Amino acid sequence: MTEYIIIGVFALVGLLFAGAAMVFSRIVAPRFPDTGKKLDAYESGEDAIGTARIQFKLGYYLFALVFLVFDVEAIFLFPALANLGPAADGEAGQISPLFVWGEIVVFVAVLGFALYYAWRKKVLEWD
Amino acid sequence: MTEIPANNPVGDFLRANLPAPWAAIGNGLIAVAALAGLVTVTAIFLIWLERKVCAHFQARLGPTRVGPFGLLQPIADAIKLLMKENVKPRGVDALAYFLAPLLPITGSFLVLAVIPFGPTLQVVDLQAGVVYVVAVSGLGILGILIGGWGSNNKYSLLGSMRSGAQLFSYELSMVLCMLLIVMGSGTASLREIVLSQQGPFWHWWIIKMPLAGVAAFVLFMVSSTAELNRGPLDLSEAESELTGGFHTEYTGISFSMFFLAEFVNMFASAGLGATLFLGGFLPVQLGYAPVDHALAMLPGVCWFFAKTYSLIFLYMWFRWTFPRLRIDHLLSLEWKFLLPASMANMLLGATLVAFRWIIP
Repeated sequence: MTEYIIIGVFALVGLLFAGAAMVFSRIVAPRFPDTGKKLDAYESGEDAIGTARIQFKLGYYLFALVFLVFDVEAIFLFPALANLGPAADGEAGQISPLFVWGEIVVFVAVLGFALYYAWRKKVLEWD
Repeated sequence: MTEIPANNPVGDFLRANLPAPWAAIGNGLIAVAALAGLVTVTAIFLIWLERKVCAHFQARLGPTRVGPFGLLQPIADAIKLLMKENVKPRGVDALAYFLAPLLPITGSFLVLAVIPFGPTLQVVDLQAGVVYVVAVSGLGILGILIGGWGSNNKYSLLGSMRSGAQLFSYELSMVLCMLLIVMGSGTASLREIVLSQQGPFWHWWIIKMPLAGVAAFVLFMVSSTAELNRGPLDLSEAESELTGGFHTEYTGISFSMFFLAEFVNMFASAGLGATLFLGGFLPVQLGYAPVDHALAMLPGVCWFFAKTYSLIFLYMWFRWTFPRLRIDHLLSLEWKFLLPASMANMLLGATLVAFRWIIP
């Protein structure tokens, strides 16, 4: 618990650190009035056309979906990984290292197949 | 294995004199003040170092001339950035636009909280340290996505989407490489991981786990370069295609917060690499007693910083010598090479650990 109090303090002070810098700059930095195009969105010097709140094809969302699978996998894999060493040293009670090893191999193999499937389905291709 | 004490006098003093939650808060504040100092100095030093390194690699003259050894260059940079107006363009989402620069720097603070700088210099030692690092470093991605969306600029939007895809993709292989070390040492606490590498230098995880360790280190360096948004994998801010990428609209201090977070993250990531693969704060030991005694005289902090800065130099070397990748090549590199490679490496490592084929 103590540890997470400190983490909480860190999160707050981290925000304050950056926030204070921005407030300080707000005080010391000069401000100039808008004399025309200053506040326009930058589009390589042309007049900005419309807003950026538009619909466009987001080629990355499939990567995001595949990513989810693998990221959750890392967390699921974690307990088995952390216990493999102790099991091999005989420190994990009745659990045999071969059993843990087999679990990891099967798990990674299933994921490998998932990646292969995504690859064959051309999820990883760019069009 | 010798026991190495984990508490330092300052922390003990507070714990002895204050009730429990207040001691924790007090210690947290002291630690955060120390780290804020470290962050500032490190960032300034790294900017100087980066400009010197690039000046030498690419024969750029400026950074070697501002003040003695160009030492005043980062000061000049910092003052310039502070004194610039923080422009809020028309149509931006004010909350998102000003919240975004705060997140990456907070994330890097939170990562630094678990890094063991020395045997008695670690803010908190979480049991799930490695998982925690992965979790909080996600704040950086969030900052970039929010900033890109909030800017109301097409370059920013495209840059941030691209950046998001890049960052989460490369996170996968980085996590797998970090988990390999968790598997080897049987713990996710960063302090315990360092302590599992005691002894001569072939007890560092990079060598201790034959082949798998080196492979994991290389994969870690490549994927963390991408995680840091640094060249040659700095697609999110590829000037030649996307102007400034996600920070196109950011000026002055808001921009420099992203910039600062990038440098602090580089430090944190190199520190993580040193902790996981190179024995962290442990001294270099050559396995020859007289020399080892002399080497062990240097305090752990010095070793930590020496190892970390070696890795930082490596990052800078990458940046200033390789050309930038194209976005589809970048994603292919991760999904078709780094990810399968780190999964195979994971299986190799599991086999080595299960049968105890690691250097005793």
